[in-house]
Amino acid sequence: MTIATMQPHLEPPMARGVAQPRSLFDRQIFVQGVIGSFKKFDPRVQVKNPVMFVVLVGSIVTLIEAVAHPGIFTWSITIWLFLTVLFANFAEAMAEGRGKAQAESLRRMRAETEARRLRPDGTEERVPASALAKGDVVVCEAGDPVPSDGEITEGIASVDESAITGESAPVIRESGGDRSAVTGGTKVLSDRIVVRIAAERGHTFLDRMIGLVEGANRQRTPNEIALTILLAALTIVFLPVVVVLQPFGHYSGATVSVVILVSLLVCLIPTTIGALLSAIGIAGMDRLVQRNVLAMSGRAVEAAGDVQTLLLDKTGTITLGNRMASRFIPVGSEGEQELADAAQLASLADETPEGRSIVVLAKERFAIRERELGEGREFIPFSATTRMSGIDMDGRRIRKGAADAVCRWATEQGGTVPAGLDEMVEQISRSGSTPLVVTDGPRILGVIELKDVVKEGIRERFDALRAVGIRTVMITGDNPLTAATIAQEAGVDDYLAEATPEAKMDLIRAEQEGGKLVAMTGDGTNDAPALAQADVGVAMNTGTTAAKEAGNMIDLDSNPTKLIDVVEVGKQLLITRGALTTFSVANDVAKYFAIIPALFVAAYPQLNALNVMKLHSPKSAVLSAVIFNALVIVALIPLALRGVRWRPSSAVAVLRRNVFTYGVGGLIVPFAFIKLIDLLLTALHAY
Amino acid sequence: MVGSIRQGVAVLMAMVIIFGAWVGFASYAESQPNPAVSAAHVVKQPEGNMVGKEVRFGALPTTLYNVASTQTSTGSVSGANDSFTPIGGFALISGMMLGEVSPGGTGSGLYTILLFALITVFLGGLMIGRTPEYLGKKIQAREVKLAAFGVLIMPLVVLVIVGIAVSIHAGRVAPGNSGPHGFSEILYAFISQTNNNGSAFAGLSGNTAFYNVTGGIAMLLGRFAIMVPVLALAGSLAAKNIVPAGLGTFKTDTPLFTGLLIGVILIVGGLTFFPAVSLGPIVEQLLHGRLF
Repeated sequence: MTIATMQPHLEPPMARGVAQPRSLFDRQIFVQGVIGSFKKFDPRVQVKNPVMFVVLVGSIVTLIEAVAHPGIFTWSITIWLFLTVLFANFAEAMAEGRGKAQAESLRRMRAETEARRLRPDGTEERVPASALAKGDVVVCEAGDPVPSDGEITEGIASVDESAITGESAPVIRESGGDRSAVTGGTKVLSDRIVVRIAAERGHTFLDRMIGLVEGANRQRTPNEIALTILLAALTIVFLPVVVVLQPFGHYSGATVSVVILVSLLVCLIPTTIGALLSAIGIAGMDRLVQRNVLAMSGRAVEAAGDVQTLLLDKTGTITLGNRMASRFIPVGSEGEQELADAAQLASLADETPEGRSIVVLAKERFAIRERELGEGREFIPFSATTRMSGIDMDGRRIRKGAADAVCRWATEQGGTVPAGLDEMVEQISRSGSTPLVVTDGPRILGVIELKDVVKEGIRERFDALRAVGIRTVMITGDNPLTAATIAQEAGVDDYLAEATPEAKMDLIRAEQEGGKLVAMTGDGTNDAPALAQADVGVAMNTGTTAAKEAGNMIDLDSNPTKLIDVVEVGKQLLITRGALTTFSVANDVAKYFAIIPALFVAAYPQLNALNVMKLHSPKSAVLSAVIFNALVIVALIPLALRGVRWRPSSAVAVLRRNVFTYGVGGLIVPFAFIKLIDLLLTALHAY
Repeated sequence: MVGSIRQGVAVLMAMVIIFGAWVGFASYAESQPNPAVSAAHVVKQPEGNMVGKEVRFGALPTTLYNVASTQTSTGSVSGANDSFTPIGGFALISGMMLGEVSPGGTGSGLYTILLFALITVFLGGLMIGRTPEYLGKKIQAREVKLAAFGVLIMPLVVLVIVGIAVSIHAGRVAPGNSGPHGFSEILYAFISQTNNNGSAFAGLSGNTAFYNVTGGIAMLLGRFAIMVPVLALAGSLAAKNIVPAGLGTFKTDTPLFTGLLIGVILIVGGLTFFPAVSLGPIVEQLLHGRLF
């Protein structure tokens, strides 16, 4: 389940959408990040982050001390404290910069376009796209850009949506049904459509997308708020811990310098996670955008990590979406090849995927090639009333279709239903496939088995989900028999057959009442209520406006398996925060061993026994701890932006691994690096 | 109430392990000769540090009694705490510094360790990528705020009052000893009172206006202020729906959780009191020549 395999195949750079992957340290973003990190020294920005605000105040205190009593040590500490704030700013600016770069390319698309608005009398007028209001009707022809979001009221067209989805293949959009929505910024490639504008100025899909990827007005998520409170509490408790050292030291006959106390405070408060917290959140949203998913709220992304039940549409998600012919079963004394030949003739003009799959199967099994049909042929299209299709040619009347319909038609032609046909049809139905009966006039030849093909690799993905405790439920309109067979083949945990919108809603409600969080995907208008009810509703970009508005995420690739990726990003987001918090707190132990002996060694030389790292001098010890504290932020920026690696495995295994890496690692690593920095400082004769 | 013995065992094991470790290292410290007596070269001390110990029991049972007493809010002693070796005294003080959770007073020890359990669950839950939950109840911003407040109130009260005591004359004249041992006496007095313990290190002339007033404030805050967040938490958690446990749930009835819980208790206690103990018992022991 790697990112690489899920990325859509991106064609030439021009066709890229928002999903433009960028290297972690793109040069342009890097430069902007550096500029941004200085701008963020603004106290109004700093005060939003209690941990870093304390560091900023501390660095101002040491600055005053450095000006009053200049010395190399005081100045070095002051500079490194300012650098600590700067590095935190840089992390946030880098995370924002990646979003801004994407927003920039979207803005270019929004560049002023002209719209052809229809007056009520049917005549056209040219107006700038920005002048369009909700309810206006516009015309788009081949080559025209779609001026704003809307619904097609008339016509069918192929549309290039690569600017938004990054997918270079054009898509078909037509009036009526579930594929009638068009998005501003896309381009009509062929034909003519009439579009009713459905979005207010400034509230189009493109506008929302720009706002989202820029991270403007980013709302903090529930867990982020909870963590901020914990970090604030840890900051508040260390304040008195450090302040009382002044009287404690005085009692013990030690003079405690303010600079060292500030250094100790900054080292103890959780600066590592405090500095990276907002960058982690922004980068998490950015990772979703890179997978072509737009989350309307960070809350939904976080909820995705908590999801316990996944509702997946069968068609397109679990199965390839179309039934494929898999077998010709002749009946009575008829030959299989004759059946295949007739079936192929009946399907030659049938452009449905099922029809094409019959032609392909006939070619594979008996090398029956596609042939030019002579004069006098007549194609009988499928209709809902006859429930069959076929061809009339050279005096033959070949039909294929639903068993009861074809049998009735053959009987009317004077034929009889051969023995064994009924059992055959029933057997195929029971196995989850669809039987098509083929007849040549009154003579029934046999049955074609149309099978639902389960997507390759889908079983493994469900197994992975089960390993992390997520239950998958397949939603299908099929009868329970068919549903059960496919459910078993695909390896889902449960299924909902003959699903109606109400049944879906009931299922979601039942799961939620049990305390579970539910995620689902959908695209149709009838999915909208369920999408709104689900905790995580992912609407397909090809879906209707109603579905898109009901969901809290939109998948630009319209790939329902994306839900699994969304879950992954949600989990990664939480794990990254938890891991860095643990790391940050565990680091404090080593910093104590560096600074406490340094503080009081003058009063009690015996305390040097606590200097387990054998640091060179009290000043080099304090400076080494402060430098480590600042540099560790920079070192962890890539981890914060990329997220802690997450593989589907049980909670216990994930916890054990992360506790070991970030808890135990967080205890040990600073001892080594503080010692190393101290050695460097000593080697440079700084002290 | 939870209906799961395993959940209880996990928390109980954390108490047992901390208690056992403290009895262990206090016993080791007290089995060593008293450094001051050794320095006098008058008698040999084959039974360890017998100074101030209950002679009917000997050094180790007396130590066991005193460690058990300081970790259970009883306050009775079987020997003079003040006469313990510095590290033995450190064991007595630090048992209370961890919030008296091993096992603490009736009820109060349990609710204090449950506060630590919530913090542990929050960190652990984040690390597995799920909104954290304990016993099926989600731990969100409100619970984290209350749990952090409850856990931090004791160290805050102790540190601030000890800071005042060592700064002003009325506080500084009370200890019977000067230097680090005197510091330990003041520290012990307030840790004991804030934690509702009642035992005294002795050596401190505590019956002065200053110590009576500050001690009263410490007891009031330490005993009752913690109950406010605990009760608020109880109400907030009771109102929540229970999330059914699954494979993805952070299991809180495992040794791994017990280990994490001990880790959080030690780190929170250690980080808040390390500077203080390093100026009290630790430096006193070092003045005698070595740490252990």
